Amino acid sequence: MIWNPIKECMPEEEKRALQGKRLHKVVDYVYHNVPFYRKKMQEMDLEPGDIQTIDDIVKLPFTTKQDLRDNYPFGLQAAPQSEIIRIHASTGTTGNPTIVGYTRKDIDVWSECMSRCLTAYGVHRNDIFSVAYGYGLFTGGLGVHYGVENLGATVVPASTGGTQKHAKLLKDLGITGIACTPSYALHLAEVIESMGIKKEELKLRVGAFGAEPWTENMRQEIQERLGLKGYNIYGLSEIMGPCVSYECECQNGSHINEDHFYPEIIDPATLQPLERGKDGELVFTTLTKTGMPVLRYRTRDLCSLLPGDCPCGRTFVRMSSIKGRSDDMLIIRGINVFPSQVESVLLEIPECAPYYRLIVDRVNNLDTLTVQVEARQDYLSQGFDTLSPLTQLEKKVAAQLKNVLSIAAIVQIKMPGSLERFEGKAKIVTDNRKLK
Amino acid sequence: MIQQLSVFMENRAGTLSAVLDVLKQAGIQLHALSIADTADYGICRMICDTPEKARQALLEHGVPAALSDVCAVELANTPGALADMVSLFTKAGLSIAYLYTFLLKDKPIMVFRTDDAAKAKGILESGGLCCFKW
Repeated sequence: MIWNPIKECMPEEEKRALQGKRLHKVVDYVYHNVPFYRKKMQEMDLEPGDIQTIDDIVKLPFTTKQDLRDNYPFGLQAAPQSEIIRIHASTGTTGNPTIVGYTRKDIDVWSECMSRCLTAYGVHRNDIFSVAYGYGLFTGGLGVHYGVENLGATVVPASTGGTQKHAKLLKDLGITGIACTPSYALHLAEVIESMGIKKEELKLRVGAFGAEPWTENMRQEIQERLGLKGYNIYGLSEIMGPCVSYECECQNGSHINEDHFYPEIIDPATLQPLERGKDGELVFTTLTKTGMPVLRYRTRDLCSLLPGDCPCGRTFVRMSSIKGRSDDMLIIRGINVFPSQVESVLLEIPECAPYYRLIVDRVNNLDTLTVQVEARQDYLSQGFDTLSPLTQLEKKVAAQLKNVLSIAAIVQIKMPGSLERFEGKAKIVTDNRKLK
Repeated sequence: MIQQLSVFMENRAGTLSAVLDVLKQAGIQLHALSIADTADYGICRMICDTPEKARQALLEHGVPAALSDVCAVELANTPGALADMVSLFTKAGLSIAYLYTFLLKDKPIMVFRTDDAAKAKGILESGGLCCFKW
């Protein structure tokens, strides 16, 4: 099924004409409402009138995560505060989260795009659909929630945590669809098995999984253990949240809601656009957003746009799976973590020396982050004769990391000089998750 | 009270050796050594002839080392002497965090730590035992 065939199956020329018209409008809008973009465009000797067709997009300046941080909290907001009805936030590298304000129209567009995703997965109004993304500042929970309501299915706002209760509800309510991170899906499968619930007792049919990288092997395992068909969903809060792209029944790449989010692939080194099929950095321009529109936002996600038509009939371009990052960001349990965040926390703790390592792993299908940090020699030489100062320091570091990262890390205090020293580029992060 | 040298060590091959090599180079005479360990770390507690010199030598080699005052008591070298001593603490409700022993000229010396050194001293004296001094 297709939620909105008029848009999702638009002929190419018509689609490009619509994108060009919308691009002109959003450029004109930010030029007059966001000083940051006006200044950037003036520096490039650009005026809104210079942008008439979608091909003109290459003339526009890029936007980076750093720009969002520099303009914290409301600098890039285009709509007046009275028009903003919701705020979401994602974690930032230096303590400042990225704030995104949404107007009522933005929430409507989000719900529309989310309905397209869910319909492509085969969800319909008779379904009972459980949203097991975290509710709150993270866009996952509320984003999918509004889409399910807009579609007319029954939403169960399970959120994360309380997994046993959730497993019971899956069985007792006959829940047919679920949205969560793929690693949480595997965790849920384990809890269900440990409670002695058989997958035949569940009515699960559809899963929408995203917010972290996953593989075909994980898909097979989730499908096998939960007895459902798993579909990819992609999104990021800077653009909207989950709904930016979605798999159809063909499951060969994810269709991008191109009438609202215009994708480009660029070479992250030269910033030049790359042709269809080439791997590069994914860049999005929001064509219809009014709360906080962004021009050519560099996602840092590496992928390609697939050439050719999709047998499902949708004309929206498909993106490949995400093959990596063009920066050092880690996605751990769906949460963005930058090594520099960890460093900023450790440098503030006087007992810690500036030598540390991050080890990411996947244990029982849940991501784990281990932070090893050396204690300072002068701290350890202060007259202690028991091990309690080490365990106390571990707790202190763990609490401060949790504050900044929003996820729990396992902290290991190391002895002075025990971590390897690097002369060139330090290898701080080890990611042991097997995603290939 | 006597001075005890404490060194934190990671549970890794070679760390004890490195500590002992430093003490050997510095000509330190060890009287007693005890290691307590958890999954990741150990703490090595030592009684030696020149604690401050030992600490300096270790610090110069990048090994975190600390001095602390601990209780030590000389016991009779007879069966049950330790049991009698520990029961004094049990009766007084004072718990012992750690305890180890060494022989000095055939005399057993108990080194131990409680949360309250003054109370420990009183308990020993009430039982007719004396704190050991060099």
